[in-house]
Amino acid sequence: MTSYYEASARERLHALLDPGSFHEFLPPTDRVVSPHLVQLDTPAAFDDGVIVGRGRLDGKPVLAAAQEGGFMGGAVGEVHGAKLVGLLERARDEKPAAVLLLVESGGVRLHEANAGLIGVSEIMRAVLALRSAGVPVLVLDGGQFGCFGGMGIAARLCDAIVMSEEGRLGLSGPEVIETTCGVEEFDSRDRALVWRTVGGKHRYLLGEADALVADDIVAFRKAAIDLLNIKPDLSLEALTAEHDRLDARLKRFGACRDALDIWSALGIEAPEKLPLLEADGFRAAVAGRRA
Amino acid sequence: MEKLTFEFFGGAPVNATRAPALVGVVGSGNLEVLVEPEKLDGRCAVEILTAARGFGEIWKAVLEDFFARHKLADVRISINDVGATPAVVSLRLDQAVESFLGGVQ
Repeated sequence: MTSYYEASARERLHALLDPGSFHEFLPPTDRVVSPHLVQLDTPAAFDDGVIVGRGRLDGKPVLAAAQEGGFMGGAVGEVHGAKLVGLLERARDEKPAAVLLLVESGGVRLHEANAGLIGVSEIMRAVLALRSAGVPVLVLDGGQFGCFGGMGIAARLCDAIVMSEEGRLGLSGPEVIETTCGVEEFDSRDRALVWRTVGGKHRYLLGEADALVADDIVAFRKAAIDLLNIKPDLSLEALTAEHDRLDARLKRFGACRDALDIWSALGIEAPEKLPLLEADGFRAAVAGRRA
Repeated sequence: MEKLTFEFFGGAPVNATRAPALVGVVGSGNLEVLVEPEKLDGRCAVEILTAARGFGEIWKAVLEDFFARHKLADVRISINDVGATPAVVSLRLDQAVESFLGGVQ
């Protein structure tokens, strides 16, 4: 078992795809680095914190990207964003079986200001354009830095999300909420609170994550293979149904103060025990109870 | 930020078809090391971009020790550093050479 959480972005890609199948576009040797960080007197990474390329998954051709949280929290700068957009646009031409996004990002790289913001908006547009063209976009989220900000939005624009318990998904990250709204609103150092609010198990229970797997690259690989046949549906009917679902969810849980209240409302017995369960036991305990 | 370059002579040339290797990450107290084969008339060239200024002498000592362990020639080593300690730098350099010579990527 190889921990997805502990692995680097590069290790994740190589272990997730069929052995030896990965071919990187714009590898580190091309030195396509951030033009902004040098101006700020900050060392840049040779791959700008994201690895993009093609490979095979269960024999099928896929395009894939992995963000490296260790470099600036996986934040999207101009080059980083352009590599992701380029990959998504390439997929429109090549029509692979799917595009895999191994996300790990705090969102926009604020050092690069508008260039990063534009990058994220271009990613969102490219995801939707690709899905409209019939190519599914699958998100894998189980890294140390989670998936927040603009990348949190982009992730939810995709066809499906695979998470581990360790993965986190949200808009404003815990520290951002605490900084802007105060520690009474959200204590970002309360790890149990953070994980039961933005962690994989809660996202799975709310129906935002489609699969909840153990922190194991092989488990992520299996879940991604299972989702390869998903068909993107951006029809008006599908979007209306999704909005109705979100509306109903808000009505049902809007008054809850804590994830535990939601788990209780879902009819889960002993909700306080959910954080202690392994992935298999957890899925069994919540079967048929997801929102 | 400071840019440092070093050159070492007298090593053994490596197979020029060997795949480049990258290890480490550009994060606080860490560094990334990229090792590439390149025809350099037998030199081993090292280029460092570091966030911490004024540590040229220490880099020199760490790299001399490294070259004593791995007598490489016709190799370019490129480093992006965010204030890694000498021990971490040595570890990453050894890791990079292991990955490069072992062909593991």
